[in-house]
Amino acid sequence: MSITVQDVEHVANLARLELSAEEKEQFTGQLNAILKYAEKLGELDTEGVEPTSHVLPVTNVMREDAVKESLSNETALQNAPDDEDGQFKVPAVLE
Amino acid sequence: MALFDMRLQELHNELASGKLSAAELTEASFKRIAETDQRIGAFLALNEEGARARAAELDRAGAEKGLLHALPAGIKDNIVTQGLRTTCASQFLSNYDPIYNATAAGKLSTAGAVTIGKLNMDEFAMGGSNENSSVKPVRNPWNTDYVPGGSSGGSAASVAAGQVYFALGSDTGGSIRQPASYCGVVGLKPTYGLVSRFGLVAFASSLDAIGPVTKNVEDSAYVLQAIAGHDGMDSTSANVSIPDYISSLTGDVKGLRIGVPKEYMGQGIDPKVKESVQAALKVFESLGATWEEVSMPHTEYAVATYYLLSSSEASSNLARFDGVRYGVRADNPDNLIDLYRKSRSQGFGQEVKRRIMLGTYALSSGYYDAYYLKAQKVRTLIKRDFDQAFEKYDLLLGPTAPTPAFRLGDQVGDPLAMYMNDIVTIPVSLAGVPAISVPCGFADGLPVGLQLIGKAFDEATVLRAAHAFEQNTDHHKARPQL
Repeated sequence: MSITVQDVEHVANLARLELSAEEKEQFTGQLNAILKYAEKLGELDTEGVEPTSHVLPVTNVMREDAVKESLSNETALQNAPDDEDGQFKVPAVLE
Repeated sequence: MALFDMRLQELHNELASGKLSAAELTEASFKRIAETDQRIGAFLALNEEGARARAAELDRAGAEKGLLHALPAGIKDNIVTQGLRTTCASQFLSNYDPIYNATAAGKLSTAGAVTIGKLNMDEFAMGGSNENSSVKPVRNPWNTDYVPGGSSGGSAASVAAGQVYFALGSDTGGSIRQPASYCGVVGLKPTYGLVSRFGLVAFASSLDAIGPVTKNVEDSAYVLQAIAGHDGMDSTSANVSIPDYISSLTGDVKGLRIGVPKEYMGQGIDPKVKESVQAALKVFESLGATWEEVSMPHTEYAVATYYLLSSSEASSNLARFDGVRYGVRADNPDNLIDLYRKSRSQGFGQEVKRRIMLGTYALSSGYYDAYYLKAQKVRTLIKRDFDQAFEKYDLLLGPTAPTPAFRLGDQVGDPLAMYMNDIVTIPVSLAGVPAISVPCGFADGLPVGLQLIGKAFDEATVLRAAHAFEQNTDHHKARPQL
């Protein structure tokens, strides 16, 4: 499996990245080298092996649904690049 | 400098008798930083006002004296500190002032430590040389032409240079242990889940761990004691009882069964590193421990497994950096999608983009099974290697890194070569077990680290063995000339 500049463009779009022509070229080569190396995993028979997503045997950690104090609106917006009326502001989504 | 070479207990005695104050310790730290950090580049931000205020508070009569009372501490810049700029060494977060404290940072403060400042790192903890910091590279105090390792390079270099008494780092695939090895200090990666990740800017959530970087094993036990423990704010935090790590440092390793994975001593390991590790085995033998070779057959698959899994998790975790709620927003976007795209493209460095690309690809439709799921299955096989070895041994031992530090610029442009520096730390991270790097010698004037790996939640044995080794060797006493 070998990836092309078009694949890199497709993945960049999924990742919401805008790459320069130079970056596209560079990433195509580097990702190919990394993925080629990763093909090594194909040597192993993993039929019937359970995947490990987490090393600890914990699932569905629950807590009481208790009302607690939360951040103030002002604090929550403190690092916002732009805000208005107590809300995060972004460019218009609807035309 | 001499102050920070004192043992913690001595320092606390001096403080208790009034011969020394928290304010003096704090000033000593800032003075040392002023003298040396032009050459090292360990700090991204100093907490001068906050640290002085905190020291004054600790010096007040009747102030409670915690485990880490008055100790000047550096904190890696991916651990959030309320009101103290936290950037992950990324341009994206160059203006970010956290509105809360990471649990580990809060615990340090509660234990009496004084936060001196925030430590340089590879951007978002992605890298093994600190050359991926978007601000400046960190340099190795033993030779400033060499890298300090990464990604917690600032943490390791700062402790090695005597700028702070100890530091916090984070380790995803070796990011505490490898720089500790390169800089001749002690770095501990605790069991996954032992230290809360709340407030650690997520890189790969199934692997990330916060841990101490110190000059010696005793200090490592003290810091771990202060930061370990269950936290309701982190649902992956382990609910286990925390032993007394400090009292586990008995110096006794008689009868300890050590396994030496032959794959950790094989191809790619510098002969001089191997020699130092073999000498360390002799020390353990002389102390009454026994060792034999063991095979961990899936070791050679660990690096590929790690880069697929950690990059996949990173691509998902870093989706939050979109320029809406925090961070630097790009100017003049055409629309919302363009705002995301431009902000991310301008804010992230090359290695971060590369890993987001790799992870996005591995998770994308059509490739998920071949890459991500396959890697998760191989992770199971790698973990089994550890489970089986620990049926027979109390501890596994090997080098921390295949080579000593390399020169700045030597591996830039070859990501795969850079990834190979983590060949002996990565399997441990995938298995989630604890490991420590302690100084075990020098090769061509640069420090070499010994890695001791324990069973899950058995930090006590790891620390006991590391301490016994250290008490019977002098490597940890060596200091760089700056």
